[in-house]
Amino acid sequence: MSDQPQLFKVTIDNITIEVAPGTSILEAARKIGGDVAPPAMCFYSKLKGSGGKCRTCLVEVSKGSEKDPRPMPKLVASCRTTVMDGMEVKNITSERVVDARAGVVEFLLLNHPLDCPVCDQAGECHLQDLSYDHGKAGTRYEFQRRTFKKHDLGEYIQLHMTRCILCYRCVFTAEQLTDKRSHGVLDRGDHAEIATYIEKSLDNDFIGNVIDVCPVGALTDKTFRFKNRVWFLKPVDAHCSCSKCSGKVTLWYRGDEVFRVTARKDQWGEVEDWICNECRFEKKKTSDWTIEGPRVIDRASVISQGHYVGVQKPKETFEAVLDGRKPRLFMDIHSVSGVNRPDINLSLIEGPAHSDDFDRVTKKD
Amino acid sequence: MQALTQKSKPVSREPMSLMEKIYLPAVLKGMSITFSHMFKKKPTVRYPEETRPFSPVFRGLHVLNRDEEGRENCTACGLCAVACPAEAITMEAAERKEGEEHLYREEKYAARYEINMLRCIFCGLCEEACPKDAIYLSETFAPASFARKELVYAKNDLLIPNPKTEPEAFAKAKGLKPIK
Repeated sequence: MSDQPQLFKVTIDNITIEVAPGTSILEAARKIGGDVAPPAMCFYSKLKGSGGKCRTCLVEVSKGSEKDPRPMPKLVASCRTTVMDGMEVKNITSERVVDARAGVVEFLLLNHPLDCPVCDQAGECHLQDLSYDHGKAGTRYEFQRRTFKKHDLGEYIQLHMTRCILCYRCVFTAEQLTDKRSHGVLDRGDHAEIATYIEKSLDNDFIGNVIDVCPVGALTDKTFRFKNRVWFLKPVDAHCSCSKCSGKVTLWYRGDEVFRVTARKDQWGEVEDWICNECRFEKKKTSDWTIEGPRVIDRASVISQGHYVGVQKPKETFEAVLDGRKPRLFMDIHSVSGVNRPDINLSLIEGPAHSDDFDRVTKKD
Repeated sequence: MQALTQKSKPVSREPMSLMEKIYLPAVLKGMSITFSHMFKKKPTVRYPEETRPFSPVFRGLHVLNRDEEGRENCTACGLCAVACPAEAITMEAAERKEGEEHLYREEKYAARYEINMLRCIFCGLCEEACPKDAIYLSETFAPASFARKELVYAKNDLLIPNPKTEPEAFAKAKGLKPIK
């Protein structure tokens, strides 16, 4: 847009910003940031054609433009509406928007199961955040929820169709990031579901990114399945020299074990760089990576709990006083506790742990 | 020196009167107070034969609950551990296999669940956080112990007896029958 020096002035929630023509209201609002940015479940700035499906980013346009100051009669999806010069948009300052968004959340949650205690996405789930911020506590729905059987997409990805909100992000990812799309949305309306046609497995180097783009827990990492909750893991920025991707990832540590590798996500929950399957699923050792430092996590996120940032530990004086000898431990926690046993590496088990994984260890002692 | 309070009384240095000199009235007055307590209600109980009733909101030893079919409620969601201010709770989750449906209520369950009673402060936040009605603080004291290793409670120590296989123990744990 450098050949078009003219910028459009747009006012969102009484904050004025100048953006290039062709920018959507959502992107303009994200430039302002904070509460002004409408939530988005389906829009993904890095995927062409995404957006316009979930209706959570609805905003009220109270003044169309400088030339045509009539307000838009209905609420518009801000991810699909481009700004006009002099446009005035109301997001959180509009009663209609707040009410409509609560309705949209109720609709999204109609068929969404309340299995957050089981779901691996809990803690970093956009639908959780959305319903917490914009939804109502109750639902008026009285009927059976739509259910599907859980489905394996290839050997690394687990699809829980029951949790899907049909945002199409994963379909766009598969279409735009990989050469050949082998999964899509089948059937229509209430029966619509993400599926691979005739059990085609998705053997593609970048298909793992559908896990990161999924706003809910519909697509999850099978190598991380049920291993741990995200808020007990310590995210660390790391990189490696990978021939296929940028190699810039976030490692999720528990103790010395890498439980999960994900792409780095920005403040809107969108990945900064796509990463390949090898980095995501197979490099689960610290030696595979160069650690850069702890990942900065939003303080409001549950993931930041227990991350004592800037803590000053008192210096251990035992060794200095005892001429370099270590203090004698009266109780080794591993002799008592069955959790976090050093002889079992949960992170290296393929897929979720089962009772026999734990039994095998129990039989040893 | 300035007095801190107005309550201090100066010690009387006057010589004792006759009544004070014979001591007997003061002794009798003291004894009457002592013996009057024999006829008052005893504030102590004969523990362990006798126990005081617990308040219904008493927060004691943790119990991991089962549903009416005897399946464990806990899904290892980690909310109790994240709510725990003392960081006493740790767990490891596993996926339920086929054929284990009678053991665990949901597809994910806690393969390991431990509460370190040395750390626990019995605040009850785990109970409040639990979305599955799985953990409760019962009206029992956590037993004391001389060894620290006995105070790390594993899942088997915490689980309520199975109502299907051990109905009597379950009823006792629930307090449905008087405990003799």
